[in-house]
Amino acid sequence: MSKFISFITAGDPSLEKTREFIDILAQHSDIIEIGLPFSDPIAEGEVIQAANNRALANGTTTDKVFAMLETVSFDKMVLLAYANPVFVYGYDRFFQRCGQCGVYGVIIPDLPFEERGEAAVFADAYGVHLITLIAPTSAERVQMLAKEATGFIYLVSSMGVTGVRGEFDTDLASIVNQIRDVTQTPVYIGFGISTPEQARHMRNIADGVIVGSAIVKIIAEHGGTSGPHIKQFLKEII
Amino acid sequence: MNARFGEFGGQYVPETLMNAVTELEQAYAYYKKDDAFNTELSELLNTYAGRPSRLYFAGNMTKDLGGAKIYLKREDLNHTGSHKINNVLGQALLAGRMGKTRLIAETGAGQHGVAAATAAALFNMECEVFMGREDMERQALNVYRMKLLGAQVHSVTSGTQTLKDAVNETMREWTRRVHDTHYVLGSVMGPHPFPMMVRDFQSVISREARRQIMDLEGELPRAVIACVGGGSNAMGVFYHFIPDDQVALIGCEAAGLGLDTPHNAATIAKGKPGIFHGMKSLFCQDDYGQIAPVYSLSAGLDYPGIGPEHADLHRKGRAHYVAVTDEEAVAAFEYLSRTEGIIPAIESAHAVAYAIRKAKDYDGSIIVNISGRGDKDVAAIARYKGEDLYE
Repeated sequence: MSKFISFITAGDPSLEKTREFIDILAQHSDIIEIGLPFSDPIAEGEVIQAANNRALANGTTTDKVFAMLETVSFDKMVLLAYANPVFVYGYDRFFQRCGQCGVYGVIIPDLPFEERGEAAVFADAYGVHLITLIAPTSAERVQMLAKEATGFIYLVSSMGVTGVRGEFDTDLASIVNQIRDVTQTPVYIGFGISTPEQARHMRNIADGVIVGSAIVKIIAEHGGTSGPHIKQFLKEII
Repeated sequence: MNARFGEFGGQYVPETLMNAVTELEQAYAYYKKDDAFNTELSELLNTYAGRPSRLYFAGNMTKDLGGAKIYLKREDLNHTGSHKINNVLGQALLAGRMGKTRLIAETGAGQHGVAAATAAALFNMECEVFMGREDMERQALNVYRMKLLGAQVHSVTSGTQTLKDAVNETMREWTRRVHDTHYVLGSVMGPHPFPMMVRDFQSVISREARRQIMDLEGELPRAVIACVGGGSNAMGVFYHFIPDDQVALIGCEAAGLGLDTPHNAATIAKGKPGIFHGMKSLFCQDDYGQIAPVYSLSAGLDYPGIGPEHADLHRKGRAHYVAVTDEEAVAAFEYLSRTEGIIPAIESAHAVAYAIRKAKDYDGSIIVNISGRGDKDVAAIARYKGEDLYE
């Protein structure tokens, strides 16, 4: 059964609203990914950059995000965090807090395979998956990355940063086949998926889809009253 | 190749870029030992960029200040007006060997962007430069120069709209299109192999300066002084003096309005370890690791981080880093113009300011790296002094 993973940025437009949106997302998602806001998110397009700025402007911090996550009972919460906020918080302390809050996995987009060891020891110690990303340019790296992956594999759909796209030109099916040769870990495709057609297409290729910018865009437009709009969007895309 | 300088350095980039940085690392490891490559680069540095740059004895300044015999390493006399051309010619030549046809670059003051656009014109490559909107206003003349050279200049409106954001945007662009594109990073920063490669290309400065001072003085200088933003001109002028323990290496950071205000860009003085822009190094940031909005009058030093090799030299105590305010730098800018008839870049004026401050404490020679010329800054300094002058 194909999975659906939704993404929103913590603290956009406020942490109270994020908590409220999580309950809506939980009704329709298998995994909920929460972005820890960062001042300079280099893998994000304009939509999620702006969400990060809104979240930071209203005083969202790592401690407040953890405190909010402690109140969530949904079992598959994943954090997306850039390397610096995690490193500065302290790997040990960060993954300990993740463990305490029941966080299932952490995605660090600027911590590639070669550098992941410094964080992975702490993720492992506290039973948190450090999620592996595979990109269209991974080429001969695909199986090396996939072999070590736990939790799930985040397959980046296309070149560039996050954000809504018209079309995809990567041969994702062949990357998924290479991955499946070496691991049972499920593969979810993300980056740029915003329409029911795109979602259906990706679900035929992989084990699930990740939708982020399209939901964050709704929040950018409707702010605190986004709830019903998110619900409507999820019904259409799933 | 070792990707680190002590604990600093590394390759903290998204997976999308890993193959590109690995490919670059391999290509550089190969070509740095390739005779034909090195001969072609030396030839370009000499015939096109105008090297070697002069080591000029600043007699008036020496007499006026007392103490040190002051020598100026004249990187401002290079083609395009700064040390940036040394690195850009090396990287563009390497990019060509790798089959890349398009260069992208970030720029702060515009000196690196101009150098990249120049190399692209010379090698018939496409060039796109990313520059913060605020910097485009501060350095309007350089923006026009880049366009004249055939480059496309993109205004970066995210974040603080300065150098940091220009790097973010150039990295994003590299993830969009990597197959035919080389990112010509302008400083000794970013993921490995950039800090090492840019340092190697810039080390021509100290290779010359060490020989020149030995010819002129018959002994090593007491100190080598350079301004530091990301730190490429400083690494270049320090590098061949690092084994000479008796030579003090002094980096001058931008203290902006002062270290006791939040308006500075003094990373060594104020920064903490972090991971950003592909490297582990020191960064100006808050307690949660959010990168701080830094400030300096100088667009080239207005950066919240520092190259990893500097962070390591600082940690080991081999180099010392001092802070120079806007006010002192502007005074030095005017002083060098009047005293020696040399208008330095406002970035380089930070190093000149330290020499003015400390000259009388030395009894031998000191070398101050004049990393660039100040034509680009004249209008901005006039406005700083209250004149209504626009380019």
